[in-house]
Amino acid sequence: MAAIILSLLVLSLSLFTVISSSSLPGLQILQAERQIDLTSHIVRVYLTLKVENIEDDPASTVLLAFPPAQFDRLALVKAAVTVGKKRKKSYVPLEVNPTEQPSSPNGTKYYAISLLKPLLKGETTTLEILYILTHSLEPFPVEISQSDSQLVYYHDSAIILSPYHIKQQATLVKTPSNKVESFTQVEPTHRSGNELRYGPFEDEHPYSYFPIIIHFENNNPFAVVEELEREIEVSHWGSVQVTEHYKLAHAGAKHKGVFSRVEYQSRPAASGVSSFKHLLAELPPRVHSVYYRDDIGNISSSRLRTSSKKSELLIEPRYPLFGGWKATFVIGYGVPLQDFLFESAAGARYLNYSFGCPLADTVVDKLTIKVVLPEGSQNPSVEVPFAIEQSLETKYSYLDVIGRTVVVLEKKNVVPEHNVPFQVHYKFNPIFMLAEPLMLAAAFFLFFITCVAYLHIDLSLRK
Amino acid sequence: MVSTKMDKSPADLLASPGLASLLKSLKLKTKQQELLIRVSILCLVYVLAFITRLFSVLRYESMIHEFDPYFNYRVTQYLTQKGFYEFWNWFDSESWYPLGRIIGGTLYPGLMVTAALIYWILRFLRFAVHIREVCVLTAPFFASNTTLVAYFFGKELWDSGAGLVAAALIAICPGYISRSVAGSYDNEGVAIFALLLTFYLFVKAVNTGSLAWALASAFGYFYMVSAWGGYVFIINLIPLYVLVLLITGRYSMRLYVAYNSMYVLGMLLAMQIRFVGFQHVQSGEHMAAMGVFFLMQVFYFLDWVKYLLNDPKKFHTFLRITVTSAVGLGVIALGVGTASGYISPWTGRFYSLLDPTYAKDHIPIIASVSEHQPTAWSSFMFDFHILLLLFPAGLYFCFKRLSDATIFIVMYGLTSMYFAGVMVRLILVATPAVCLISAIAVSATIKNLTQLVRAKGKPNPVGPGKGTSGTKASSKGSPDQSMPFQRNGAIALLLGVFYLLTRYAVHCTWVTSEAYSSPSIVLAARGAHGNRVIFDDYREAYFWLRQNTPPDAKVMSWWDYGYQITAMGNRTVIVDNNTWNNTHIATVGRAMSSYEDEAYEIMRSLDVDYVLVVFGGVTGYSSDDINKFLWMVRIGGGVFPVIKEPDYLVNGEYRVDKGAAPKMLNCLMYKLSYYRFGELTTEYGKPPGYDRARGVEIGNKDIKLEHLEEAFTTSNWIIRIYKVKPPNNRW
Repeated sequence: MAAIILSLLVLSLSLFTVISSSSLPGLQILQAERQIDLTSHIVRVYLTLKVENIEDDPASTVLLAFPPAQFDRLALVKAAVTVGKKRKKSYVPLEVNPTEQPSSPNGTKYYAISLLKPLLKGETTTLEILYILTHSLEPFPVEISQSDSQLVYYHDSAIILSPYHIKQQATLVKTPSNKVESFTQVEPTHRSGNELRYGPFEDEHPYSYFPIIIHFENNNPFAVVEELEREIEVSHWGSVQVTEHYKLAHAGAKHKGVFSRVEYQSRPAASGVSSFKHLLAELPPRVHSVYYRDDIGNISSSRLRTSSKKSELLIEPRYPLFGGWKATFVIGYGVPLQDFLFESAAGARYLNYSFGCPLADTVVDKLTIKVVLPEGSQNPSVEVPFAIEQSLETKYSYLDVIGRTVVVLEKKNVVPEHNVPFQVHYKFNPIFMLAEPLMLAAAFFLFFITCVAYLHIDLSLRK
Repeated sequence: MVSTKMDKSPADLLASPGLASLLKSLKLKTKQQELLIRVSILCLVYVLAFITRLFSVLRYESMIHEFDPYFNYRVTQYLTQKGFYEFWNWFDSESWYPLGRIIGGTLYPGLMVTAALIYWILRFLRFAVHIREVCVLTAPFFASNTTLVAYFFGKELWDSGAGLVAAALIAICPGYISRSVAGSYDNEGVAIFALLLTFYLFVKAVNTGSLAWALASAFGYFYMVSAWGGYVFIINLIPLYVLVLLITGRYSMRLYVAYNSMYVLGMLLAMQIRFVGFQHVQSGEHMAAMGVFFLMQVFYFLDWVKYLLNDPKKFHTFLRITVTSAVGLGVIALGVGTASGYISPWTGRFYSLLDPTYAKDHIPIIASVSEHQPTAWSSFMFDFHILLLLFPAGLYFCFKRLSDATIFIVMYGLTSMYFAGVMVRLILVATPAVCLISAIAVSATIKNLTQLVRAKGKPNPVGPGKGTSGTKASSKGSPDQSMPFQRNGAIALLLGVFYLLTRYAVHCTWVTSEAYSSPSIVLAARGAHGNRVIFDDYREAYFWLRQNTPPDAKVMSWWDYGYQITAMGNRTVIVDNNTWNNTHIATVGRAMSSYEDEAYEIMRSLDVDYVLVVFGGVTGYSSDDINKFLWMVRIGGGVFPVIKEPDYLVNGEYRVDKGAAPKMLNCLMYKLSYYRFGELTTEYGKPPGYDRARGVEIGNKDIKLEHLEEAFTTSNWIIRIYKVKPPNNRW
């Protein structure tokens, strides 16, 4: 079996190298080092590239190449450049954007990193790149029983896919434990403990590719939120109310057959190792009125710990989540307004809140953030550090007449690294705050007036 | 009263230029003071009735309780989402698989429509409430409204003092609270309001002879019919009352107008409810009302003839002939109707009310429900407390001042007390009557005593009376000088009454908080360190079903859990709490009490995918399926004689330990409840497989399942769900 796979791989490799003649001249990579972190279900790849310009034209962008299958699973690409010498070394983030190239072999997709200043001939620079892949660990066997542990495949290339010539490179793969069932052997490969090293490879041509498969044990919770809707409601009376609707699923190997409570209770180490019981949500400090419920009522198994820095909410779904099992629930809380709402110019305010999902170590397939602005606010505009889809809605809440403006932000494939602040700017006249109390007062006044009137009017026909 | 105030107030307001006169105008007249006190007491009682029912929300959460309310909640959700017509024509394929159920034609829609209306109104006023909150608070809201009706009813029966006391008593009476705490979203919650309103409006109509009140009571009756099957009580009590008035010679034009318009319009309106329909003119339970209706016409006719004849002797002959022929005609019509099947006979439920032993012998499905058991004395004491003692006293006062109204309340009280004795749940119907009659007793006693106290203090009884003093007081006024300790005695008695009422309030609050505010979905217990332990297993299992089984999965369980599974688990069930098809329930009972391979055949024929059992052996939860099992055997055996109760008993004794009957140890229910339980140590110092609910070590620890497999067991083992395996390949 393994031999067949290997021969197929060699075949595809040779095909690949034949086609990949069109390279992008201009830059070459002197040294590349890649670390693939497979310890959780979110694959994090750290790439260090030392890039040199070998042509006359100054180069202002560096391209990163991804195979199309990987490109679809990319959640985030971040790049930074090291500035300064050893002691005063610091990282400056660079702008990264997906781009198209006219001649891309086998549908290769690209990200372009814009350098701080163009690279002249002979100059070198070192780039630190992090990219995150989701849904890239494929469980095999696809279905496991309660006593089995979960094995997954990871597919990648032993050689870094790049449009540039790479002089020297190496790849380090970190697995969660020593239990690696099998991995593709490529000379030179070295394995020690939970680390697997491919390389060093010398002088690889552009678009070189050598597929590898690693089959290993990963019992980390594969917590995937299929849909998350966060509603952030701003009230100028002093509170921001957040309501989060989760559709959680265990995206690992599907549970098969019996679920035995006896075994789950008496042998926790050997039974249901890939399942998870609880999740940790990190909430803002000074959070209040926290609730955790679902469609059929409150879920009593949760714990809240608060400190001045942060609040941690440990939530336990109603039942342990085995592979393929799902749970939906709602978390809601209030936070003080002054922590998140600020005034910018005259009459203008902005809400500064964190994007992303507060649950630790989860992937969100589809995230919708709805910022509900107070009734009467105008000109909403959003500042988010990455690409998202935006739209506007109207929502009617307590005693609303004209409705509240809702800014809807949508993003797919969200990982914990997306938990960065975003801003919503809007204009609001404080006089609108009085509208609802005045309405209530008027209603009560009218009620009493009618009562008085009724008591003083004789409606009977007879005198 | 309205017109007198109209004379005063504008004049007062106009003639107040100076501060002194302004203050003077602010000072209230005695009558206004009394009104103010009365209105504020009523407001307080209104609020009290609401908040005393909120214990469950504070202790647990805003949730729907028990079993039936889950169905009502599910239907209300459907109604608010899809609109009235969709609701009215809803064929529910999620219950009674494979038969289904036509929801619109088999329920009393009053409660759901009421809640939906409240919801829509609140939404229209831009209160962003969830339908669940509306449903949870519907019953307390209507309980508050009931206090208002009780006040007006008491005022109509006796005086406004009695009305106030009645409102206060009914606001906290445990007999009523048991069915109207927040979350108890059941028909009774609004039905008691409707019942009392109908009675009040009818009594008002009889007292005034006004067509308007009679029509109002017809509409009240319509609301009652739309809300609860207990409307049968109204449609039998009112004719009975009319009959009693006729016999006692209290026939009057007022009664004629009130009863006829109420009956005719009420009947027409009631027939609009699909579940009632033509039953209202065809079924045996409704015949009394019709008979009395015709009797009224005969009376009227006789009255007219008497007026024309002017000769007592002739009239007597005529009377004898007419009455005989009328009664004869009625009897013949009834006989022919019954024989031809046009008039349906009484239903089993009605029989079991008249004859408490009927259900036990003939309808095990009614007898199996704990709330249909005859009432124990302790639960009367628990639910009524001092009202039980005040009730006879109130009857005494009623008889002392007999009027059309007091005759009504006496009859209502006596009949409903009888029914309360037959079935525990009917204590609810008796509660308003008991509260009203007791209120009369309390009010009359206190009034007499205060008069004694006041009269002694002031030799001149003409002084300005305040609060409770009325016109009747001054007539009785002058105290007997021969009793020297009268005043002190009166004070002591007053203190005694206040002590009793205080004890009543304390008892009611205690009962509400301890006994009637548990949702029964969530179980709470005290842990070893005095902390509160919550067993949320029901919702754990239902939510698991909802999330992790195919959407079209069919779940078989005992019928108690049917409504909850469809509402919370959102899955199709075989049987549920609407026990309309006895055979279907018996089939499930038979499957549960058969051996596994026989049960498998039955389950295959019903397309069952999952079987759900409730098991309390780990937690010591005693209302589980093993304890209900004998009823399954009885109900199953009632239709399928293959199942015999003695097979499951040893010397007439029901056991689950080693001495249990072999059929018991190997039936499906036993196997599913105790599967792999033998490996578990539940209590320190006891052997593994020790059942804490029954306090024995189980008899069959080596249970193998062939056609089923464990799919899910909740964290405290209270609910166990098994998957029915597909049949084996034959080759």
